[in-house]
Amino acid sequence: MQAVFFYLFASIMIASAGVVIFARNPVHSVLFLILAFCNGAGLFLLAGAEFLAMILIVVYVGAVAVLFLFVVMMLDVDFAELKQGFIKYLPVGVAVGIVVLAELGMVAIGWTSAPSAADAVANPIIPQMSNTAALGQILYTKYVIFFQASALVLLTAMIGAIVLTLHHKPNIKRQKIEEQNARTRENVIEIKKVPFRTGV
Amino acid sequence: MLTIGLTHYLVVAAILFTLGIAGIILNRKNIIVILMSVELILLSVNLNFVAFSQSLSDLTGQVFALFVLTVAAAEAAIGLAILVAFYRNRGTIAVEDINSLKG
Repeated sequence: MQAVFFYLFASIMIASAGVVIFARNPVHSVLFLILAFCNGAGLFLLAGAEFLAMILIVVYVGAVAVLFLFVVMMLDVDFAELKQGFIKYLPVGVAVGIVVLAELGMVAIGWTSAPSAADAVANPIIPQMSNTAALGQILYTKYVIFFQASALVLLTAMIGAIVLTLHHKPNIKRQKIEEQNARTRENVIEIKKVPFRTGV
Repeated sequence: MLTIGLTHYLVVAAILFTLGIAGIILNRKNIIVILMSVELILLSVNLNFVAFSQSLSDLTGQVFALFVLTVAAAEAAIGLAILVAFYRNRGTIAVEDINSLKG
């Protein structure tokens, strides 16, 4: 049963990854990227990493892929023109792909584990504990510095993205709070005595 | 064939990695698809980490995959923000037009 689901998830993931790089329309690329990530989450589930699988769906499908979709749809770009060099680069791309795949395949099939690898396990998985609880227990104790550092990375990314994309247009009326707070009754209101039947 | 071991995961991750590399080369003009190919490569790396974590029964691989995920999300956000800022200034995102720094 596990094998059936493994081959199902793996084949759909690889097929949709192929569509991502071969699709003419980048919107289709983004949608198939979402499909690839969903199936990748399925593979994570099969490997026993439930928390990472859920994070993959929440972060990638919920945030990153939607961000891609937003940018693809917002930018008014002629994507057909961008696709033109595709045939020209096809031989190079296929050649590099075959070389990389051959090298990785040789490593993936011909590798052997060092005998001492089993003794070097730093954080053994405890079967009685759920994956999320186990991850939390080491993430917040042993790896808390790295956890904080990754939070800092996200903060930097957030500030950077805001600074890069925020731009103030001139000639737009804006609320100036400090000016509003500095107003006093004396300098904004003028009281005039209006003489009877003559006007101001 | 019917028992899924570490090698199966490694082969799947290798194919995904290769597709990502080929995507970078094939779509050299379209930087959005290049960024998506980078995401595919990072997914394949994460798949390797998780597979080894399961095979060695060591949770460290999953912790590292979590950090890779964090950096990948930050990278996508910054990359797309740069892209939007560049498009606003130059009106194009074709990779060969991005040559202002060339001497």
